[in-house]
Amino acid sequence: MSASHAVPGSVGAVTPQDIAFEEPLPLKSGAVMPSYSIRYETYGTLNADKSNAVLVCHALNASHHVAGWYADDPKNVGWWDNLIGPGKPVDTNRFFVIGVNNLGGCHGSTGPASTNPATGRPWGADFPVVTVEDWVQVQSRLADRLGIGQFAAVIGGSLGAMQALQWTISFPDRVRHSLVIAAAPKLSAQNIAFNEVARQAITTDPDFHGGNYYAHGVVPRRGLRVARMLGHITYLSDDAMAEKFGRELREGGFKFGFDVEFEIESYLRYQGDKFSTYFDANTYLRITKALDYFDPAMAHGGNLAAALAGAKARFLVVSFTSDWRFSPGRSREIVKALLDNRHDVSYAEIDAPHGHDAFLMDDPRYHGVIRAYMHNIPL
Amino acid sequence: MSVPGNGNGRPARSDFETIVQWVKPGARVLDLGCGDGSLLRTLKDTRGVTGYGVDISDDNVLACVTNGVNVIQSDLEVGLSGFESGSFDYVILSQTLQAMKHTERLLREMLRVGREGIVSFPNFGFWRARLQVMAGTMPVSRELPYQWYDTPNIHLFTIEDFEIFCRAHRLRVLDRAVLTGGQRVSFAPNLLGALAVYRLDLAHGAAAVGA
Repeated sequence: MSASHAVPGSVGAVTPQDIAFEEPLPLKSGAVMPSYSIRYETYGTLNADKSNAVLVCHALNASHHVAGWYADDPKNVGWWDNLIGPGKPVDTNRFFVIGVNNLGGCHGSTGPASTNPATGRPWGADFPVVTVEDWVQVQSRLADRLGIGQFAAVIGGSLGAMQALQWTISFPDRVRHSLVIAAAPKLSAQNIAFNEVARQAITTDPDFHGGNYYAHGVVPRRGLRVARMLGHITYLSDDAMAEKFGRELREGGFKFGFDVEFEIESYLRYQGDKFSTYFDANTYLRITKALDYFDPAMAHGGNLAAALAGAKARFLVVSFTSDWRFSPGRSREIVKALLDNRHDVSYAEIDAPHGHDAFLMDDPRYHGVIRAYMHNIPL
Repeated sequence: MSVPGNGNGRPARSDFETIVQWVKPGARVLDLGCGDGSLLRTLKDTRGVTGYGVDISDDNVLACVTNGVNVIQSDLEVGLSGFESGSFDYVILSQTLQAMKHTERLLREMLRVGREGIVSFPNFGFWRARLQVMAGTMPVSRELPYQWYDTPNIHLFTIEDFEIFCRAHRLRVLDRAVLTGGQRVSFAPNLLGALAVYRLDLAHGAAAVGA
């Protein structure tokens, strides 16, 4: 099969693009990014009055590669390909969809592994801590450069949903619809605790070298593995894990040792190994911090409704019943704040078994609601 | 026999016309058990209302989103804690009360969240229903289309029952329409009316304002 062969519903082979920003970016931390480069992909066609642009924000470990595949790597399919494409719930025949790798990432945008122009060496530990607000600023600059004044919709799941929500606060006039999926208005102590264990796994790895492991030609692989294994546990529901792995053993009986025995151990180790080969540990540290810091209500004395008072977008909020990382109750906090402001909002609570990862799954009720909502967005 | 309706215990829409007449233009409306959102859609189109529907069913949530009305997927039995007190002009409960377990709590919640409540229900005192019971079977009709073993309706009551309830719970009846086959009934409504629609508020709130 040639890579140009059209697959129904797929945007097909895609090519990422890079865009350089020379104007310094002040960050929430007080640090300033002197210059940076952002990698992004687009699908569909921007219409004449530029009213059909949709921004897709990624979560912890994803990237700008949202849909389609690469001609030289056809197995590398975009992470939300089941949702986005011609005729799909986010229909690229109607919408011009943009996926962007956030600042601090490790998929092509400027991040800790990039060269610090001031030193000529990788940024490493010196790369600033970035926040959801900072990412939204960068995304708005990308929109400026693409000539997009206002997005028809900003869509995200999990950490991506936090960006979709932040957009309506940071740039209320630049987003007409915000799709906030599997979100929380801020992390709980338990959420932060999981992140901290993941960070500790990385920073206590002897190969971490205070974050400047690039110079030593190593990566803190063991730490990254553990961080990813821990993350995976929080992405799946107990039921989904029981269904998928149960107490199945790889071989007949107990071996009374500490090698891989249960299928779930094998799965987690595999996921951890895979992740540690391509993900940058410094990026992981920063993204988990961005999660921890996200709390739009904080500037308003903890009042989320006050934080969202200036929003002008219409909202679709979606949660999943088996998601214990960001449970439906967390989404209902967002819905309540929107209702208190009399904003237009619809809320769907999808009875799905997959846990937090349900937002990536192809569930007909979930996709049906997204499809219907997107279809009703006038262009 | 297929019954016209939206699959949410709302077999007929003859109450919609009355509700649309009662709702003031530009009002803020919460429609509980909103089904496919067609009442809200009509109120939006003809009365310019804003507001939300609430429904528990996946199919109805999808239908509402398709209809372009705001919908919050939620179980009415757990209350309306997601809604601020006094945040709506009207809270509507169209042909849903008879299917609710917590009748008193829901009516109280309705009139906490809304300044007025609009409630419609099939009248179990309708002569046809009485006749069927007299004949020895549970009533099955346009307004009560379900067989006894397969019905969402768990609290069947009459117009008289409801008015006793309202007096006992200090609910003030602001308006009442009794309908049979879409026509208003004024004589012997508890006997001749198939469907009742009430507009209510809290009597003590009104007393405070009046005093």
